Amino acid sequence: MNRVHRFANRAPRWAAVIPVAFLVVFFFYPLQAILAESLRGGEILSRLGSSTTWRVVRFTFLQATISTVATLAAGLPLAYLFSHYRFPGRRLLRAVATVPFVLPTVVVGSAFLALLGPGGWLGRDASGSLFAIIAAHVFYNTAVVLRTVGTLWERLDPQLGEAARALGAGPLRRTWSVTLPLLRPALAAAASLVFLFSFSSFGVILILGGLRYATLEVEIYRQTFGFLDLGAASVLALIQLGVVAVTLLTYVRYQRRTATQVTLRSPIDVARPPDSLRARGMVAAILGMAGILIGLPLAALVIRSFQGQAGLSLQAYRALDDAHFGDLATPVQSATNSLVIAVVATLIALGVGIPAAIAVAPRAKAAELLDTLIMLPLGASAVTLGFGLLLALDSPIDLRTSRLLVPIGHALVAIPFVVRLVVPVLRSIRTSLREAAAMLGASPAAVMRKVDLPLVGRGLGAAAGFAFLVSMGEFGATLFLARPDTPTLPLSIARLLSRPGAFPEAMAMGTILAAIAASAILVIDRVAEPNGPSREF
Amino acid sequence: MRKVRAWVMVALVLVGCSRQTTTTSAPVTLLTSTSAPPVTLRLLTHDSFLISESVQAALEQATGVDLQVLKGGDAGLMVTQALLTKDNPIADVVYGIDNTMLTRALEAGLFEPYTPPGLTDVPDALELDPEHRVTPIDFGDVCLNYHKAAFKDSGLSVPDSLEALTLPEYKDLLVVEDPATSSPGMAFLLATVAHFGEDQWEGYWRKLRANGVEVATDWTTAYYGSFSGASDGDRPLVVSYASSPPAQVHFATEALAEAPTGVITDGCFRQIEFAGIVAETPEREAAERLLDFMLSLEFQEDIPLQMFVFPANARAKLPEVFTAHTVIPERPLIIDPALIEANRAFWLQRWNQAVLG
Repeated sequence: MNRVHRFANRAPRWAAVIPVAFLVVFFFYPLQAILAESLRGGEILSRLGSSTTWRVVRFTFLQATISTVATLAAGLPLAYLFSHYRFPGRRLLRAVATVPFVLPTVVVGSAFLALLGPGGWLGRDASGSLFAIIAAHVFYNTAVVLRTVGTLWERLDPQLGEAARALGAGPLRRTWSVTLPLLRPALAAAASLVFLFSFSSFGVILILGGLRYATLEVEIYRQTFGFLDLGAASVLALIQLGVVAVTLLTYVRYQRRTATQVTLRSPIDVARPPDSLRARGMVAAILGMAGILIGLPLAALVIRSFQGQAGLSLQAYRALDDAHFGDLATPVQSATNSLVIAVVATLIALGVGIPAAIAVAPRAKAAELLDTLIMLPLGASAVTLGFGLLLALDSPIDLRTSRLLVPIGHALVAIPFVVRLVVPVLRSIRTSLREAAAMLGASPAAVMRKVDLPLVGRGLGAAAGFAFLVSMGEFGATLFLARPDTPTLPLSIARLLSRPGAFPEAMAMGTILAAIAASAILVIDRVAEPNGPSREF
Repeated sequence: MRKVRAWVMVALVLVGCSRQTTTTSAPVTLLTSTSAPPVTLRLLTHDSFLISESVQAALEQATGVDLQVLKGGDAGLMVTQALLTKDNPIADVVYGIDNTMLTRALEAGLFEPYTPPGLTDVPDALELDPEHRVTPIDFGDVCLNYHKAAFKDSGLSVPDSLEALTLPEYKDLLVVEDPATSSPGMAFLLATVAHFGEDQWEGYWRKLRANGVEVATDWTTAYYGSFSGASDGDRPLVVSYASSPPAQVHFATEALAEAPTGVITDGCFRQIEFAGIVAETPEREAAERLLDFMLSLEFQEDIPLQMFVFPANARAKLPEVFTAHTVIPERPLIIDPALIEANRAFWLQRWNQAVLG
């Protein structure tokens, strides 16, 4: 028994070394470098005392909160739909619903302008409004809710609900006091990811927010780009980091306090065809809502890529390969760059994220802190970090312009996803199973190999998939690095969108990215088919 | 702190080892020729930099360098990166720094002087540094663009001056960019400062505001979101470039006989882009050869269709799509870079108050 406990306590400590080292080298040390370079004491105080600063902080927090609630409201019905009902095209629709997650903000911004801008499908100009910002964030992040909550929901044991029904609880009461509490860990995980994404949102706000709305990240960019004032930018970056850290600590605490032991079951037989009229109506209603929130903007993108002067046309796609685009990277070159970088980023994210998940899985104080640290890059300022990397990584080996830097930047964003997806699986491996193995004389390494790994396999598939998608779509972090000239798809799309006359081509390139993403998701879903063992979140 | 440094060392060594394998196995292609020339020269530039494959090959042939291009985002970010790494530079040559940012770079001692022989072919007006620490390579004019069909349909005459934009008949027709987040937006602000003078420009913007000017955060949103000449938007006037109409024709998916938009040549602000040799680079000679080549006709005549700006070398011929669809403004506005540097934040703040406050 002693030995088992020793293992349980010790394994996380060595596992923590890799993520901590990675974060120190590529996140904390660079951030510290840029902050130390550009922060002056007096400025911090005057900025902290400025009402403009706090107005921006308030708005950033407010829009992130509303975005999170709205995304949960849109994502939960979808998660329910895909985990409970089987219908034709389900797999494809699930993949399509995930596509927005990888689209670069320039593309999403343009698609939303097509819908909500002047002369848009909505009929009136709603760009430059809070509504447009929230709609775009919902469009982006619904996939996060769908994936995190859906995977848990399809494994909830229906017996609990049936027991409640037998005790006389109505459907509302059952949802409120049985289903939601059971889903709480996944809900909290999804909410935290969506919140961080929306909190550090940059491109969406810049394009759709107009001038009335600025998040901290937009304000940091304005200070850096317009005022050339790195000091002011650094103060704001520090505030952003502080707010994110406090939010994360609260989340991690909450996670620990509310953790419940749930017995889950295999999901294979949960989903059934909608056989009653009511069920069919519900499926139709949820799909209709998803069609408006996710389908319309995607359709705006795709249709615009096929828009010729006289009806539908493939011109934009043909033009992408034409010589008159100068020596802009072709779709094939950009896609190759994107794929190579995404594979490397995924490997790094798994190499760091898996040990991190092992270290974070035990519910201990130290693990809480590490968990917070790992999530931090998701909410940190990409502009500031980009400059920090340039300042910090020059010795002993000059990595500042290394080809590895872009995938490393992507990995920083992807690691939180890996951790959030792998931790629940690790926690689900019942301690009794491990103890039994150890009692029977298995070494810690053998326990790991024979018990943990096979059980974790499926979760790893999903984590790798998400890391891959994060990298394919990542735009912000890439933009702010001095990087070798290997444009990814998002960067090439941004280039096209900076050229008069090349709008259809940009939309075509965006559609190509969406298609690649959808195919990748279909493959990933097949690999990571959730039919593993019971889980405990 | 020492502990942190030790960690950094360990991790960097690990990463360094893995880097080698990745660089050799990754099929990501750099824009370099296959036969490795003797000297590797690092060029830091902005994201808009492009060069034809054939010209790149000629460049490497003529200069004997293996050109390693680093892109650092838009011009503003790129210059900031160059300044941050001044003590241990990431590049030997920086290209794409413009007159709005020039003074900052010069004052920081980013560049060392060099006078390429080809400078004799560059008009004096483009040379802003008497010490020749930077060499003008190209220029572009930020000008108002108008949507031809919209003006034809409405019967309105195209405004021919900045002043005209405040007239009631042009109410709600103009979209501009925020100078704090957009380079053409900043250029247009500077144009109004240059044209109306220090005392009058704010009043002009207040009138523009009263006349319903729309402010977009960046060029893409203004041009592809609000400008009727390139989107479903309803504004027939936009702040863009003198090269935008030829670009529209050049990139059109279906051949266009005429550009759908035109340029108003009054009130244009001139952006000049420079290249400079980074101070104390170990590759000084190769860097000189690169600058020489950048002023050669071969490179200069490649510029318009790759980067959609105009060559600095007066002998360089413009492609037909440029001569047919645009004009170079005769009297572009310009402000002394030192004055821009001294007033940038001040002007931005006042602009904010006048237009958004």
